[in-house]
Formats: sequence, structure tokens, C-alpha cells
Amino acid sequence: MEHLADLLLLLVLLTCFLILGTTRLTTCIRAVAVQGGLLGVLPLVLHQHWSLHTLGLAAGTLLVKAIVLPWFLTWAIREAAVRREVEPRVGYIASLVLGVAAVAAASAVATRLPVPGNHPILLLATSLSCVIMGLVVLATRAKALIQVVGYLMLENGIYIFGLMSMDRVPFLVEVGVLLDVFVGVFIMGIVVFHINREFDSLDSARLTELTD
Amino acid sequence: MLLAALVLIPALGAVGAYGRPARHGLWLVSMAGVHLALVAGAWIALPAPILDGWIALDALGLVVLTVVSTLFLVVATYAVGYLRRERGGRGFASWLLAFLAAASLVAESHHLALLWVGMEGTTLALAPLIFHRRDRRSLEAVWKYLVISSVGIALALLGTFFLATAQGDLGPGNRPLVLEDLVAGAAQLHPAWLKAAFVFLLVGYGTKLGLAPMHTWKPDTYGEAPALVSALMAGGLTSCAFLGIARATEVVTAAGLVSFARPPLLAFGLLSLVVAAAFVIGQSDIKRLLAYSSVEHVGLLVLGLGIGGVGTYGSMLHLVNNAMVKGLLFLAAGNAALIASPRGLLRAAPASGALLLIGLFAVTGSPPFGMFLSELTILRAVLGGGHVWIAAAVLALLALIFIGIASMMLELLYGPNPAPAPAARESRWLLFGPAVLALGALVLGVAIPGPLQHLLSQAAGALGGSTP
Repeated sequence: MEHLADLLLLLVLLTCFLILGTTRLTTCIRAVAVQGGLLGVLPLVLHQHWSLHTLGLAAGTLLVKAIVLPWFLTWAIREAAVRREVEPRVGYIASLVLGVAAVAAASAVATRLPVPGNHPILLLATSLSCVIMGLVVLATRAKALIQVVGYLMLENGIYIFGLMSMDRVPFLVEVGVLLDVFVGVFIMGIVVFHINREFDSLDSARLTELTD
Repeated sequence: MLLAALVLIPALGAVGAYGRPARHGLWLVSMAGVHLALVAGAWIALPAPILDGWIALDALGLVVLTVVSTLFLVVATYAVGYLRRERGGRGFASWLLAFLAAASLVAESHHLALLWVGMEGTTLALAPLIFHRRDRRSLEAVWKYLVISSVGIALALLGTFFLATAQGDLGPGNRPLVLEDLVAGAAQLHPAWLKAAFVFLLVGYGTKLGLAPMHTWKPDTYGEAPALVSALMAGGLTSCAFLGIARATEVVTAAGLVSFARPPLLAFGLLSLVVAAAFVIGQSDIKRLLAYSSVEHVGLLVLGLGIGGVGTYGSMLHLVNNAMVKGLLFLAAGNAALIASPRGLLRAAPASGALLLIGLFAVTGSPPFGMFLSELTILRAVLGGGHVWIAAAVLALLALIFIGIASMMLELLYGPNPAPAPAARESRWLLFGPAVLALGALVLGVAIPGPLQHLLSQAAGALGGSTP
């Protein structure tokens, strides 16, 4: 099962790179949906003894991260008629280089820290990589919707980390679901703003009226 | 029972307010009154922990709870007058009460994941209130607030996970993430994970606190939110966020890693003072000015915490003062904003103008107001620790900030007005709250009541500090 877990984690990293490198918003959303699906399977692979808790977590994660939120994002694109480009402030190649640097930094940190609960080092490295790459997307993309995708990556990284202590600390991973509330609020916000016609576009770079 | 009621009563009150068609202001006041009465009950005898020790009150929590509850009652009285002038909308009182419930949860959580849940609750409860005016500017403000706060809150959650990891294999009697067990078993915590946890908690909750350089949401949010919401954020939300940082410091101190925690606390504190000084000068909008002044004061809070010793006590005292004075200033500034052209405010609205003038002296740390004492205590601790350069820098920055705030506010109060408004009749509801806070700021500067002093030194003691 160890190999399967490693494979899943590598696929998670690949989806992160896909999001960093793509020009199309719909591809980003599909990638983050696949990532959510992988994360739903991950607890089943990591914990051989399937308890009701593990099964519930897997089902809940699949439902929220792989189905509900991606569907919600797609709905927002249609509803708000967002143009399909990602519009990075930093080029795609530069983003990918940043992603590689993120994985390198995360791996360096992961080998120096003791991994809790005899989990593979790759788990810790992937978790930290996702967090950093999510922050990169948040910082370098101009569109509000793709920033939401970046936030989801950040959140997924935190979720992977939480999986390592889910046996020892009850309710800890589940608390992370509350971050999804933010995602929901963001998407609702984008749509409501657009319906109100307050904005001509959903470019958060245009949110610059308030300055000193 | 009492501990559960402190969270449940405002939460139920929020639901109740949503169902009520009118008179939201009085509903708010009665809920806030009940809440403060319950807090007074906790002062008489600290209630026993509930939920396996996840919910408990200690001195530190009680300080924050008292500050938030008192400020909330004052803001509620102000809301009565405010809601007579402006349409509040159906959810206005509900979101305010939801904030009170979440803030109470933060104050009495001894389980750090539960504390995080409360902190997320405060973030979400305030968002609709910032978007109250529903125009483009408030939209921009609420978007910035949500994006930056949500990233901060996510990093704080990661820090909480790190802390759970630092606890390692849990023996019996070692409950995960429960403060008492973290402190008691601090020697067994894994130092590398603990350090990582501290950094993430500091940056995460520091974002909510509005420390520079994570402060960028603050001027926009405070500037655009209704004055009473800004008052609640600058006095109440900051106290909750500071509690998050204080809890992390408590654990790190118990683990003997205080020398690791101090430099980042000092750095964030000093940088906040620098940023505040740079942006206060030449500021033309009073609420944005007050927001930068809030960056200054949260900087002083972590500076005192970072110096340790007497500085920790100074920080606790400053927390109380900050809530009073920021509440006073934002509410008085809200009154000024009701006048079309508020220049020469002392003529157009003498009572609000006078309150703003008192607030000006209080917020810049002039005697005989409370902030003078707390800033002096922190400065004494800085000097006592042998950091002469830090003390000199803090003094110079405080002087710059004084000049910036005073020049803008005096212009507002005394400046010539080409189109002077006729002296307005000022609503008593809108004056009562700030007047009470002004009195409180004065009392704290003249003589700190014995029980409060005792509580503050207990709280400082838990953080490894001492009482002057």
C-alpha cells in the first residue's frame, strides 16, 4: 500500500504543477477536482484498518473537494461569465520554476523534521509543497476565481498534513472543513458581486480604489 | 454551565434577532447586558472547566472576555442610536451577536483547535458587517479583508497542526492540544515542531491582529465598515487575535524556548510602529488614520510580550486600554461622519468633538490616561532589558505618530470650515457609549482597580512575566 500512497501523492503534486502551468481556468478547476478526488482516496490507502471514521472522512472529502466545490466554481464561471484566461502577474514558466523551488524547499524541510506516526517523508513533503504552491497561485494570479483555486491548494496541503495526526488527535482533520466555508463564501461573493454589476470584470487587480 | 451560557446565549440571541422584525438595538443591549452579567459572575468565582477541559477560563481568558463583553455592551448602546438613523438590515444585529459568541469561544477555549474555530467564526461574522453599505468601496474592503484573513487563518491552522505534531506520542493524561497538558508536558514537546508551530501561529494570528506587514487589510476595512463595527474590530477582534499569539507564547515559554520567541515578536512590534508612523503622517481620512493607529497599538502589544518581564504586564494593561480608547475614537469618529462636512467639528457637534479631543490625548499616550501608564510600563521593561536602542526607536516613533495624529485631528476639530453645518442635536444614544469609554480610559490612568490589577498580573504571570 506504501507504493500506492506514493503514487497518489505524486499525482497530487502533478495536479499542482498543472494549475501553475495552465492558461485555462476550466483546466485549473478540473485539476483541483482531481486533486480533491486523490485526497479523498488517500486516508483509505494510509490507514489499512478501515474504521467508520476513515470511511466517513474519505466520503466527505470526495463529496466536498472533488464534487461540490469544483461544481460550484464551474457554476460561478458560467453565472458570472468570467473570461477563461488565468492572467498571471508572473509568467507560466516562472510559476513552474517557483513550483519546483517549492517542492525542493519542502523536501529539504521534510527530511530535517521527524515525520509523525511513521508516515512516509513524501507525505510531509507533498503537504508543504501544496501549501507553498497554493500561496504562489494566490500571490501571482490576478483573477479572483483562480485565487480561490490557489486557496484550495493551500487548504489541501493542510489537509494532507492533518492526515498524519488523525489517529492521535480526534477531530483535527475535520476542523479543516471549516476552511471550505471560506471557499464557499468567496465563490458566492464573486457571483453576487457580478450579479450586482458592481464590477465590470472579476479582476481583483482592479480592486485598487482604496489607497493612501 | 456559565461557560456554555457565555457562548450559547449570544448565539441564540443572534438567531432570535434574525426573527425579530424591529427593535434590534434594544435586543442587542439586553443580550450584551446578560452577557456582561455572566462575565461578572465569572469574576466572583472562576467556573469549573467543562468538556474534558476543552473549555475553561483562566486569568488571560477572563481579561479578553471582559474586554470584549464590556466593549460589546457599549457598542450595543451606540447601535440603538445608529439603527434609528440608518437602516441596519435584517442581519445586522444577528452578525454582531454571532461575533460575540465566537469571541467568547476564543476567550474560553483551552483546546487550541477549538480556539481556532472561534477565531474563524469571528472572521466570518464580521464580513457581512463590513459589506454593510453594499457599494463598490465596501466591496473592495470586504474582499481584501476576507482574502488576507483567510490565508492568515489557514496558516494558523497549519501552526495548530504542527503543535499537535510536536506533542508526539500521547500517553494517558496527555490530552492533545489542551493548553494545560501542553504547558505541563512542555519539556517533552519536540522543539523543531514547536518552533515551526510558533512561527505559523504568530504569522497566522498576527494577520488577524493586523501586525505589519500583514496589516494591509486594516485601513480599508476600518475605513469602510460602519464606525461601531470598526470599534468592535479594533478593540475586540484584536484582543481575540492577541490571545491566540499569547497562547502560543505561553506554550513556548513553558518549553523554555522563550529566547526563540522573543526576536520575532520584537521584530513584528517594531515594524508595526514604523509602518504606523509612516502612514499616519499626512493621512486625511480619520478612520484610516485610526486604523494605522491600531497597527501602532497592536505593535506595542506584541512588543511588550516580546520583551517579557514587566513588559508582559504592560501588554495586558495595554490590551484593556486599547479596547477602551479605540472604541471611544471610532464611535466619536462615527458621529463626525454623520455630519456632511465635519471640519470644525467642535462647533458643529460640540459633544462628539470634545469626545474626539479626549480620545486624541488618550490614544497618543498622554497623561493622565491609561495608555500613558501601559506604554510607560512597556518602555520601562525595554530599558530594563538593556535594549537602549529599541527604547529610543520606540520613543521616536511614538513622537512621530503623536504629531501625525494630532495634526490631522486638530485640523478636523478646529479647522476653518467654508460651509459650516449648523450645530446638530446629538443623539444621547450616540454619546453615551464613547463617554463611558472616555471615563474608563481616564480611570485606568489614575488608579487601576485592585481586582483588575490582580487579574492582569495573574495573566502576565501565566505568560512568564512579572508585575511592576
